[in-house]
Amino acid sequence: MADAFWIILVGALAASACGVIGCFLVLRRQAMMGDAISHGVLPGIVIAFVMTGSRNIAPMFLAAGAMGLLTAFLTDVLARRGRLQSDAAMGVTFTWLFAVGVILVTRYADAVDLDVECVLYGEILFTPFNRFEWGGFDLGPKAVWTTGAALAANAVFLTLGYPKLKLCTFDPGLAAALGVRVALWHYLLMAFTSMTTVACFESVGAVLVVAMLIAPANTAYLLTDRLSIMLAIAAVVGVISAVSGYLLAYQLDGAIAAGMTVTSGALFALAALFSPRHGVVTRAWRRVRVKTPG
Amino acid sequence: MAMDDVAASWVRFFTFSSVNVAYVAIGCVLLGAAAGMVGCFAFLRKRSLLGDALAHAALPGICVAFLLTGSKDPVVILLGAVASCWIGALTVDWITRCTRCKEDSALGIVLSVFFGVGILLLTHIQHSGNAAQAGLDRFLFGQAAGLVARDVKILAGTAVLLCCVVALLYKEFKVILFDPDFARAAGLPVRRLEIALATVIVLAVGIGLQAVGVVLMAAMLVTPAAAARYWTDRLSAMLALAAVLGGVSGALGAWASYVAARMPTGPWMVVCVTGLFFASFLLAPGRGLAARLLRLRRFRRKTAVENLLRTLYQFGEAGQDWNTPRSLPELLERRGASMRELRRTLARLGRAGLVSEAAPGMFTLTADGAARGARVTRVHRLWEVYLTRKLEIAPDRVHDDAEEIEHVLTPELERRLAETLEYPERDPHGSRIPRAGRISISQGT
Repeated sequence: MADAFWIILVGALAASACGVIGCFLVLRRQAMMGDAISHGVLPGIVIAFVMTGSRNIAPMFLAAGAMGLLTAFLTDVLARRGRLQSDAAMGVTFTWLFAVGVILVTRYADAVDLDVECVLYGEILFTPFNRFEWGGFDLGPKAVWTTGAALAANAVFLTLGYPKLKLCTFDPGLAAALGVRVALWHYLLMAFTSMTTVACFESVGAVLVVAMLIAPANTAYLLTDRLSIMLAIAAVVGVISAVSGYLLAYQLDGAIAAGMTVTSGALFALAALFSPRHGVVTRAWRRVRVKTPG
Repeated sequence: MAMDDVAASWVRFFTFSSVNVAYVAIGCVLLGAAAGMVGCFAFLRKRSLLGDALAHAALPGICVAFLLTGSKDPVVILLGAVASCWIGALTVDWITRCTRCKEDSALGIVLSVFFGVGILLLTHIQHSGNAAQAGLDRFLFGQAAGLVARDVKILAGTAVLLCCVVALLYKEFKVILFDPDFARAAGLPVRRLEIALATVIVLAVGIGLQAVGVVLMAAMLVTPAAAARYWTDRLSAMLALAAVLGGVSGALGAWASYVAARMPTGPWMVVCVTGLFFASFLLAPGRGLAARLLRLRRFRRKTAVENLLRTLYQFGEAGQDWNTPRSLPELLERRGASMRELRRTLARLGRAGLVSEAAPGMFTLTADGAARGARVTRVHRLWEVYLTRKLEIAPDRVHDDAEEIEHVLTPELERRLAETLEYPERDPHGSRIPRAGRISISQGT
């Protein structure tokens, strides 16, 4: 039971860390950037593995973070210098980096304790056994610390940068006119997206990272028109999908991260249909009520 | 690996010494070509990542097909994959149309949630202890090395079908790509054609799963199309070129996994096609980066040359005397350029016979140079007149604009401009506008 608690805690921490940063990606119409970055970091992770021969978190963070930024940067360069649509630029960039990552994983399969399945859906099941020890004390599973740190870092970043990020997101023209460095904030956001992706990658895999970046944020987007409330809802929705996803995966005896992905999708579907203001069914219902008076 | 080994493996590979090698190679080439061609449509419709979402959305279909039939027959798997791709495509469409969520979010949600469902089912099947499931996970990253005769036949059949559909509906697809409003006005069944186009993409994704896998299928759709776009502006040429690029990278990927036994074919195909993409991006004439930088440099040079000619001409205007040589510091004062740039431009002008160095460090216009300088000055001033008279812009605001247009206006436009303005004598600042075609300097007297 204690194991289940740790697994759910890691899932919930990862989901809320992704959820809050995902809100900005969704509002800036860069949702697929989450997909691109979570695939693009793979070569960085493998290179860090091969160079250090361990799952040491610091080099992995640096290498993968650099790869995430490289994904964002290459997309930007190809879109502007190469005159491609930004989605095509993104598609070219991240599939290439991911392919390189898969080749590296295969090439160093003996040296690296990492396989492609782990890349896709993580090893959240084993998180309770990978402990973080410091000075002889057992401080709980490592993954709790990494995902927790990611959540804390995102919270600090979003709190400090909130006014400027908000301005850049909703009115980049005005932001630029007021002297806010729009490009800088874009890359900062990308850097924190990469960081979050890497922190969550090991335990929950690429699939769940993408889902957690996009689905809870969209669910929240359907439920409110205020950014601050949207951030809170996204975090809560993330936690709910983590808990219910664990139960679903347990029932079906499937991958836990995949279960969490599925429930986050189900929550989005519920919001799309029954959101008080924007739901498809609620809107249809309102129309019916208006047409039939009394 | 030594060069000899590489060459030898090439020969062994492409003479198809083993029938299995032939299957793998043919399969990869066909797949690359078909996906490359079809991907052009997604690319030109600005929906490049649709292929990514649809490829991921195929996974639950594969698992359900297996759960229902218990077989891994390629036809069953293909049908399952195509069915769930279709549901994915409809879901993307539904989310964008019926909720306030944007298209990128819709793609991301369908991609991750469908894939999550697929992984959940896949792990469920794997944990169920069913012995027949072994190898089902190869659809994640593909395993071209496992292609057998039947797979290749299905692949070839589908590829031919795709080509036929594209050939038959070429004109219709072209119209809905570039001018959907016209298509609607012309009475074409736009909705049905769009469904046909989506089906073509879904089928291409379906056949790609075995060789490349769901994760990297997106690359085989987007990258050849993006690369081909750099070389041509014609749709037919783009389709053919994308097919060739996709096919070539299919062959290279198959070869790579043949040489290095454990290497996965799909990722190598993607790496090869991206290599071709970057080559196109850099080197393609016209739209390529190198060609554009070259054009930019040529234009900058032309601008520097013409600016200097105009300066020299204007020096001479004051006393109607273009023979007095001007020194470097004099020129430097008028033109806001660096000394190095100025010397380089003067050297270029000297080689072109437009400026001659009368004494060391002293420069004067030749007859040709004076004519060019007069022409640039004329265009500059005509444009200033045009802006003040026709567009009613204040005379003190027109100089910067004229500074740019003087380098691009063609003689034809210059003539029309003068005609429209009824051959003005003076510009808004009172300077005389040089006449066209007349060299107002007598040289060397």
